[in-house]
Amino acid sequence: MPDVLRGTGVSPGVAAGPVRTMSGAVPEPPAGRRSAGDAAAERARALAALDSVGADLEERGARAGGEAREVLAAQAMMARDPGLAGVVTDRIDEGLSAPRAVYEAFNTFRAALARAGEYMAARVADLDDIRDRAVAILLGVAAPGVPDSDEPFVLVARDLAPADTALLDPAKVLAFVTRDGGPTSHTAILARAMGVPAIVACGDCMDLGDGTMVLVDGTSGEVRPDPTEQELAAAQAEAEARAAVLGAGTGPGATADGHRVPLLANIGGPKDIEAALSCGAEGVGLFRTEFLFLGRTTAPSEEEQESVYRAVLEAFPSVVVRTLDAGADKPLGFLPPPDDEPNPALGERGLRLFHSHPGVLTGQLRALARAAEGLDVRLQVMAPMVTDAEETRSFVAACRAAGLSRAGVMIEIPAAALRAGDLAAEADFFSLGTNDLAQYAFAADRQISGLARFQDPWQPALLDLVALAAGAAGAAGKDCGVCGEAAADPALGCVLTGLGVTSLSMSARALPRVRAALAAHTLDQCRKAAEAARRATDADGARTAARAELPGLDPLGL
Amino acid sequence: MAERRVRVETKVGLHARPAALFVQAATRTPLDVTVAKQGKDPVNAKSILSVLALDAQNGEEIVIRAEGDGADAVLEELAGLVTESSA
Repeated sequence: MPDVLRGTGVSPGVAAGPVRTMSGAVPEPPAGRRSAGDAAAERARALAALDSVGADLEERGARAGGEAREVLAAQAMMARDPGLAGVVTDRIDEGLSAPRAVYEAFNTFRAALARAGEYMAARVADLDDIRDRAVAILLGVAAPGVPDSDEPFVLVARDLAPADTALLDPAKVLAFVTRDGGPTSHTAILARAMGVPAIVACGDCMDLGDGTMVLVDGTSGEVRPDPTEQELAAAQAEAEARAAVLGAGTGPGATADGHRVPLLANIGGPKDIEAALSCGAEGVGLFRTEFLFLGRTTAPSEEEQESVYRAVLEAFPSVVVRTLDAGADKPLGFLPPPDDEPNPALGERGLRLFHSHPGVLTGQLRALARAAEGLDVRLQVMAPMVTDAEETRSFVAACRAAGLSRAGVMIEIPAAALRAGDLAAEADFFSLGTNDLAQYAFAADRQISGLARFQDPWQPALLDLVALAAGAAGAAGKDCGVCGEAAADPALGCVLTGLGVTSLSMSARALPRVRAALAAHTLDQCRKAAEAARRATDADGARTAARAELPGLDPLGL
Repeated sequence: MAERRVRVETKVGLHARPAALFVQAATRTPLDVTVAKQGKDPVNAKSILSVLALDAQNGEEIVIRAEGDGADAVLEELAGLVTESSA
């Protein structure tokens, strides 16, 4: 084992604890006939195991909510599949044991699905997971997935899927380390939401044995096995400082010299209101509305939309709503299927979708305008995936026609950032979506872990685009917020402020740390940090250079 | 035995969400329902794995069959889930 393992730090902070690896493969049940002869009991055992897996998946989905719910519900359907149950009982009647019959039945379908082409690779992985869960029950071995542990631990895994983390006890996880994944992977977003350090793309992490003490630095991306007493003591001090910061986190966001930077929350629906309020969000900087539209065969009525929007608008003094962001990768069941798109990220998604289906947008805008009626709230509406001034103009006109006075655009396409002055002349405000902006600027798919370094929001090229957009907005006297996960990094929050960004919106749990980082520095220090970061030639260099200009971070353990 | 021939118009074919909606709808009825591709054996429409393995793609024709009271209404709903008119 090397002294230090390196990966990409995606959630800042330091933690130390024993490794718990997500359990590996469930053994293949031995082939051959069962010894005892009661087929009926064996059938009942097998079907009960499958049903229990289905129930478990459904429950995980219900607890996780959102998109995970739908994914896990589909997997539960597979566990309870009548065709699968038929094959299982046939195999048992032929003399196989319950675990072997379940194993073989799944493999029958696995082979059929593997032949069925492009959509099936992910389903085959799902099917293997469901098979392993059922076989583990029948063999009486540990289920695959997040380990049980009485003491807090550092979770090490190849990668984490929503199914793995849905039931994670946040009090038990000290840090995440994964072999795969990038800065916008599920692991990274979850860790930032939980406020624990995380490192992804750490190639050797699966070699760490269970129980090994490790020191995880989510800022530098280093994992240190068997740390010394001294290193552990430093980590402990850091953890205490962080706890103190979290406890002290209230009040509006501002730099040490009083430059206001409103700190806002990203929410995905009314379910997130409570966390946002308890973390001291001054408002909502990104209200994603997809949950109302995805997974249904009929469009939500304007009345239904209005009541959901109203629940959010009543809870905050200011809310930025993003209009529906769907596309070929997130198709809407109630619209005709989009044309075949070999690359949905470059297709008819976001605002572009409404060129062909304007009714969905105008309905949403009307529902928003009505939801705000009579409320003392500053409602701002913005469109995703806006490319140029013409699109901006037509979106702003649609908002005005619906009676919405504040209409903005997301800057997530490099062309929009490069010509931000043109867009600023039309829009009331900008919001930078740094995740997509990086994907498009670096021509690197967000989902591909091998390209993780291009998703690093510290890339100087990305900072340049942010500076262009924020500068153009500032020159036109307009606001320019950031609502990507970049805003959740305390050091980067300072740099973004130095680049001219006027508000930061993030997962609610990240707010106290960003608030503390801002309060520890003056606007001038933030500007110097931004300049230093832009002088670097890579993300690590930018991070290091900026931190050197932000002396208040280390004492806070940020 | 009532049957309906339809061309699959959902972009992803009878996969992903359209397949899940199709199987959920089939499962809601007490009737036996099958779905087949031209020249292939019909499979149980209540089995998500069988329906996925059928690999009915956008533009392909499928045959949905149901037997018993209300079969026509069931077929109407299922056909609607894979054709553009209802999408």
